[in-house]
Amino acid sequence: MIFSREFRVRTVAASILVATLGVMALAGCQGGGKAVLKVGEYGSMTGGQANFGISTHEGIQQAVDEQNAAGGIAGIPVEVTKYDDQSKAEEAQTAVQKLVNQDGVISVLGEVASSNSLAGGPVCQRAGVPMISPSSTNERVTKVGDFIFRVCFIDPFQGNVMAKFARENLKLSNVAILKDLKSDYSVGLTDVFAKSFAAAGGKIAVIQTFSKDDQDFRAQLTSIKATNPDGIFIPAYYTEVGLIARQAREQGITAPLFGTDGWESSKLTEIGGKALDGCYFSTHQSMDNPDPLVQNFVKGYEAKWGKKPDALAALGYDSAKLLMSCLTELAKQDPEGFKALQGNATPVNRDARKAAQKKLRDLIAATKDFAGVTGKISLDADRNAVKSAVVLKIKDSAFSFATSIQP
Amino acid sequence: MDAHLQTFIQQLLNGVVWGSIYALIALGYTMVYGILRLINFAHGDVYMFGAFMGYYAARLFHVDQRPGVMGTILVFACSMAAAGLLGFLIERGAYRELRKGSRTVAYMIIGTAIFAAFNGAALHLAGGAAVLFGAAGFVAGGIGGVFLERNKRHAPSTSRLTALITAIGVSLLMENGGLLVFGADPKFFPQILPSRELNLGGIMVNSSLLIVLGVALFLMFALRFLVMHTRAGKAMRAVSFNRDAASLMGIPTDHIISLTFVGGSMLAAAAGILVGLANPKIDPLMGIMPGLKAFVAAVLGGIGNIPGAVLGGLIMGISETLVVAYVSSTYRDAIAFALLILILLVRPAGLLGTHVAEKV
Amino acid sequence: MKRLTPGTILAALAFAALLGADFYAPRLINPYVYQILWLCGINVILASSLNLVNGFTGQFSIGHAGFMALGGYVSAAIAVFAGHALGGVPAWLFLVSLLSGGLVAALAGLLVGLPSLRLRGDYLAIVTLGFGEIIRTLILNVDAVGGARGFTDIPILRLLLSGASEPTPSLSIVSCTAFLSVLIIYRMIHSPRGRAFVAVREDEVAAEALGIDTTRTKVTAFVVGAFFAGLAGGLFAHTTGYLNPSSFQFMKSIEIMVMVVLGGMGSLTGSVLAAVLLTVLPEALRAAQGYRMVLYSALLIVLMLARPQGMFGSTELRLPWARKGPGKP
Repeated sequence: MIFSREFRVRTVAASILVATLGVMALAGCQGGGKAVLKVGEYGSMTGGQANFGISTHEGIQQAVDEQNAAGGIAGIPVEVTKYDDQSKAEEAQTAVQKLVNQDGVISVLGEVASSNSLAGGPVCQRAGVPMISPSSTNERVTKVGDFIFRVCFIDPFQGNVMAKFARENLKLSNVAILKDLKSDYSVGLTDVFAKSFAAAGGKIAVIQTFSKDDQDFRAQLTSIKATNPDGIFIPAYYTEVGLIARQAREQGITAPLFGTDGWESSKLTEIGGKALDGCYFSTHQSMDNPDPLVQNFVKGYEAKWGKKPDALAALGYDSAKLLMSCLTELAKQDPEGFKALQGNATPVNRDARKAAQKKLRDLIAATKDFAGVTGKISLDADRNAVKSAVVLKIKDSAFSFATSIQP
Repeated sequence: MDAHLQTFIQQLLNGVVWGSIYALIALGYTMVYGILRLINFAHGDVYMFGAFMGYYAARLFHVDQRPGVMGTILVFACSMAAAGLLGFLIERGAYRELRKGSRTVAYMIIGTAIFAAFNGAALHLAGGAAVLFGAAGFVAGGIGGVFLERNKRHAPSTSRLTALITAIGVSLLMENGGLLVFGADPKFFPQILPSRELNLGGIMVNSSLLIVLGVALFLMFALRFLVMHTRAGKAMRAVSFNRDAASLMGIPTDHIISLTFVGGSMLAAAAGILVGLANPKIDPLMGIMPGLKAFVAAVLGGIGNIPGAVLGGLIMGISETLVVAYVSSTYRDAIAFALLILILLVRPAGLLGTHVAEKV
Repeated sequence: MKRLTPGTILAALAFAALLGADFYAPRLINPYVYQILWLCGINVILASSLNLVNGFTGQFSIGHAGFMALGGYVSAAIAVFAGHALGGVPAWLFLVSLLSGGLVAALAGLLVGLPSLRLRGDYLAIVTLGFGEIIRTLILNVDAVGGARGFTDIPILRLLLSGASEPTPSLSIVSCTAFLSVLIIYRMIHSPRGRAFVAVREDEVAAEALGIDTTRTKVTAFVVGAFFAGLAGGLFAHTTGYLNPSSFQFMKSIEIMVMVVLGGMGSLTGSVLAAVLLTVLPEALRAAQGYRMVLYSALLIVLMLARPQGMFGSTELRLPWARKGPGKP
């Protein structure tokens, strides 16, 4: 034998450890026989986009908990199985494979980053499992197939909204863009905005880029300052925008900054502070909207998670709400099919389940004027959400309504 | 002043400030490398840890509400002490174990894992009990380890890649542990020093940037003094030159190695707070990219060489800034790295490194 | 012709079993397990090719993911664009695209390998790391292959035998390529010329004195390693059907290196087993949710502390009855 006795002992020890973990894993999986509606979720719980994934998950969990507290769907509780994709495309694909083919979930919610949705989407499409992305804005995501939906805007819409707003409301004519090279969200919006703004008669002074992990944007901002723009468009997430704003003001740039729904978070003003006064961003809904739907969500979220919700949490909440409302509808229309969706997939109910998932897909596709926290959602023929956008103005670390733009 | 010149000086200043941060982190890499020939990949995460400790210290002592010099010094002291302790623990718990061929820590971790697994799988205990069980496992694993290993001699590992993987393991542990403990959301680093914009002949500077530069320079000179003019520094240089010979001369090499780790970690923690002052956003993964780039800077300057690390850091910072300013921000990383490769091809041992003659 | 040894027979049987995988695997296992299996195959190629560079030749490359990215993107681009021109992706086109992916990566390996004449250790590591980052930045800026959004709709290598219409990637092709890659690398190392790799690792000066062309040996290792990494990248592209530059970050290179060190530097069988283990382990830990990566990193530290030379050191795992190989490296 090539192995020493010591190595064998250690191998046994390692096997015991692995077996313990295996037992843990099995223990976690048990109890599948009872009547629950299993919904899958994949997102970044670790890695560079973890904060986005966690926010989204909190929104989803809140929606599901509210539903279960109200007696579930036709008396059946909803259970969310969540997997971490480490903010990596190939992990996202494996996670969705596990949700769809191993755990047998009814439907999948996720992801934030379009790149991860593009990796996970085809798996759902192939298996005939409806997938609703809360916040993947790239056009391509729903083009994967007819089982893929989303509850957020797509890049072209939001890019146009901001171009129009910058040109008509802010009367800007010379705008610089600062984009995140590593984010599909940022790159996609930049393309649309640049085209649309130029078409409206404006001029793009310069496009500068940064990378997601950067902390120092001074070099880009100094270069931008040299071109003397009257506004800077920053399609990026709140994580970077706060710092960018600070450093811009520090360099003596006084032009307003404006951006997109990735800005919406209380962290934005916490980090950016005064530097953000007089800046604008487009988003789905003002969280100050007196609509009880919005206020209940905000209050519930604050009570549950001890912080203010951001746009991603609201979109996560809406994606889960939309799915559950369609499930409720399914329970009414097709009780037999609804029954097949409960519990685990078995060889017996396989076909009935597939048929019910197809029906669920049709119900989601027919969504019209669904009252969500992020506005009234209707899904168009390309399974994209059509809804109005609002532009919020930042003043003294608070967001106030500036204008609303219809699709 | 000419507008172009003004922009150029502004960019240069941006580069020098950011470069001095790289330099502070690079110093830690280079010190550890010089003494152990180990790329301490966890160093970037020590920098992150330092920033977080500064954050908590500032809140604990309410320095965020009463910004001031004394408060800032207190925050620096707390954070550097905590990071120094962490550096000590990392060295003691991982690298020294590897160096000596000891297994105690491995047993401790296994013990913790088994107890935590039992806890998680079978007992469904609440949070406090879970920690208690984890700690019990840690102690039990440690005692078990010492008992099982009391008569054994393992060959110490000499492979540098093994050490590197261990370092990566520590780094991953800190990043993911950080995500769990500190949370994934970015935090606002409190402004512990009042800051204001200064206009120096058209060049806009935030006072915090000057503080970054000043403190960084002070720390670099302090380190230089420590290494060149104290007994401990002499010992450090001796260990770095030849560990076995130093040991034979009566130098407590293990202590010196620990000291090096503590020193390097303290510098990284200072860099973390300085970044917090200038760019007040901290998150658990903030150490990855600066860590990587500081490592590159250390190699560029000639790894193991202290002035080299400073020079490398400054070159790294300035070249990145100038590439953004005058070439392309889109290709920044590619161009910066290409530049580094070119420099290395011309000077294979780094800028200030000396080429070690091969022994035949 | 060599004598038919039990090892050879076993290898032939294993190859036949892998070749038939497309026939039986989809019937036995669900697509999730299936996906993990082909991921194992790809990681096996990556780990064993890196072992050639880092383990057997003693070089220090931390940019393997760069070669993989290059191979993947080249292969995918050829299949997509030529596929458009041809109106479909015939089987031969896959062969062409995969091989060209490998060859372009090998060319890049030559470019990176040449500096290794001058650089050693950590300085070489920086060059390979820099190369990986440069490749990634370039890909991010090429809009034709998707940039940050990722490269979508890459044709998938279909099943060999069943002729199913579902675009299930072929496990047979992946696993057989992995098998052949390992076999080729094994034969290379154990060929008389190939002993030069180990000689360079052990003592470069002595190797030179023995008349070994060390420069050529090192460059060969880089080129061959890069070729297989490119090939693995191509397979990855044609099995996932989607590529994103973020999949080829520095951490990916590190993951591959962890496989090599865990398996044992200079042990091909070690690399194979470690690649499989480290593909399956994160999946097994999925139940631990947020603690998964913490557990993973803790396990990594434990494994390194408890067994610094990796699972197999520099010995190959041999079957008890197999003929003694040509000596330990």
